[in-house]
Amino acid sequence: MDIFSNLAFGFEHALTLNNIWYCFIGVLLGTLIGVLPGLGPVATIAMLLPITFGLPPVTAMIMLAGIYYGAQYGGSTTAILVNLPGEPGSVVTAIDGHQLARKGKAGYALFTAAVGSFFAGTVATFLIAGFAPPLAAVALTFGAAEYFALMVLGLAAAVALAHGSIVKALAMVVLGLLLGTMGQDLYTGAPRFTFGSTEFADGIDFTALAMGVFGIGEIIRNLERTEVREPIRSKLRDLIPTREEFKAIIAPVLRGTGLGSMLGILPGGGAVLGSFASYSIEKKLSKNPVPFGKGAIEGVAGPESANNAGAQTSFIPMLTLGIPSNPVMALMIGALIIQGIVPGPNVITDKPDLFWGLITSMWVGNAMLLILNLPLIGIWVRLMTVPYNLLFPAIVAVCCIGVYSISNNPFDVYLMAIFGVIGYFLVKLDCEPAPLLLGFVIGKLLEEYLRRAMLLSRGDPLVFFQRPISATLLILAIIALLLVLLPSIRKKREEAFKE
Amino acid sequence: MLSIRNPKDFFTGILLLVTAALFAYGLTELQIGTAYRMGPGYFPMVLTGLLIVFSVVLIINGFITDGEAIGEIPWRALIIITASIVLYGATLKGLGLVLALALTVLLSTFAAEKWDAKAAIGVTIVLVAASVAIFVQGLGLPLSLFGPWVGGY
Repeated sequence: MDIFSNLAFGFEHALTLNNIWYCFIGVLLGTLIGVLPGLGPVATIAMLLPITFGLPPVTAMIMLAGIYYGAQYGGSTTAILVNLPGEPGSVVTAIDGHQLARKGKAGYALFTAAVGSFFAGTVATFLIAGFAPPLAAVALTFGAAEYFALMVLGLAAAVALAHGSIVKALAMVVLGLLLGTMGQDLYTGAPRFTFGSTEFADGIDFTALAMGVFGIGEIIRNLERTEVREPIRSKLRDLIPTREEFKAIIAPVLRGTGLGSMLGILPGGGAVLGSFASYSIEKKLSKNPVPFGKGAIEGVAGPESANNAGAQTSFIPMLTLGIPSNPVMALMIGALIIQGIVPGPNVITDKPDLFWGLITSMWVGNAMLLILNLPLIGIWVRLMTVPYNLLFPAIVAVCCIGVYSISNNPFDVYLMAIFGVIGYFLVKLDCEPAPLLLGFVIGKLLEEYLRRAMLLSRGDPLVFFQRPISATLLILAIIALLLVLLPSIRKKREEAFKE
Repeated sequence: MLSIRNPKDFFTGILLLVTAALFAYGLTELQIGTAYRMGPGYFPMVLTGLLIVFSVVLIINGFITDGEAIGEIPWRALIIITASIVLYGATLKGLGLVLALALTVLLSTFAAEKWDAKAAIGVTIVLVAASVAIFVQGLGLPLSLFGPWVGGY
């Protein structure tokens, strides 16, 4: 099958009435929660994860993906209108986007963000459709050693790209892996780290951990300080730009899309990397008389396109290799596993409806965002001003109901409370929780591949370096870690995160 | 005289070391096996070892590098939010969704800096009503509205 017949097959599944409906609900909920103060895409998806458990796998994934780019878009809207990026991918959007808004050009900035995101989303959809199947075909030839090496590379990249101390990021990965080993051993069935309690027999529930760390921990953090939000009002008629204004955004959108798509595929990549890279490139190339930081439209067009392209192409490693490149993808993998699907290269051949349906639904979802957001901007602006004191009890309620509904067990509720406290302190101590979540999701698989590879090699650890693909991947992982330890690169990395 | 110059690294190290100790204790019940035939304890043992190494590095870092203070911790919010969630877990089966959620939400509102009776009660009523409508009626979650403690089932 060529790419177009594949896409047509996908549209058959994405365009069923039921799936369109859930895609719409996902995009709407995602945007709605994304514009609310203090909730980024990870927290949003974690919170809404239990809702999708009762749905068929295709529908569930379509809805979750919809929530993801809805939340992304919501984050950009708050970045432009209130100068508060809802998620790390729109940190740079806030710089110039908010300046534009203060100059009365909020409509132009919002239009640029929406159109740029839509264009990037369209390109990224084709990229996934073109690149994912061959990549999965390669991955099918992988043995246990290659998979192990690939996962190590993914974790190393997550560590290299984490903010702050490398040692802390490494410790977070290891802690995540260790928490992932709790519960029954895969081979012998022996209970591990259950400390005599039957509650731990199946290990720690993934949703309880994610909701606790990203949902509840976030509430406690937000209650540290109260922030005042004053969005800039914008009239609908300002939304349509002039012909010249439109011309100005074409090149940055194209560059941002290209850059974001490439960086999104990398392990540890995703939306954030692309938007930062695009911002610095646009800054260098800009011929705009308005300097960057004072409301240059390129500073919105490039990063917003890159951010959305990256968000979408980061699905490629998740769908083809079963490896999450960022916390959102870790949640997606968790959702797949809960749906009874083993993530990996087999998904394309075994579940073509899921794979192609999900990909084409991304395009459908992006189109919905474009149609939905521009007219609804007035509602989003009003939501942004919801006082946090009214909002956080609602988050507590949704999290409690959601986490309990997974297995109707109060223990999961307690677990979520504990991970809420842990999540708060981790951030307080400058430990990023993202590598922990990645480690936790990958843990069991990593161990399985390690044990299988060692069994096949009769206990010779050199097997990982004798097979060319696995050796290359592991060397790349080592290089990634060594590079961030070099003082000169370390300095640059710190600067990059500060920007 | 040694003094803690980087409290964030130091306390991260201490907390991780305590965690590693817990896992090390759990390891004593597990068969380790060999690199060829790994037992259930092999992989966790390697990880626990790594965690100990990283926490020691962080503790040492705490003494030899400079870092920011940890900053104030909103104990009140932390305790109230945690307590409200635990309350939900403890009372849901007995009280049923309506009352358990109402108590949870009401308690959680006290985590805010200024407690406003009108807003708190309003939020509670709206959230309970919306949750019943969305989660029980809409999504069909199997939750009884009133539990056995209050004469329900």
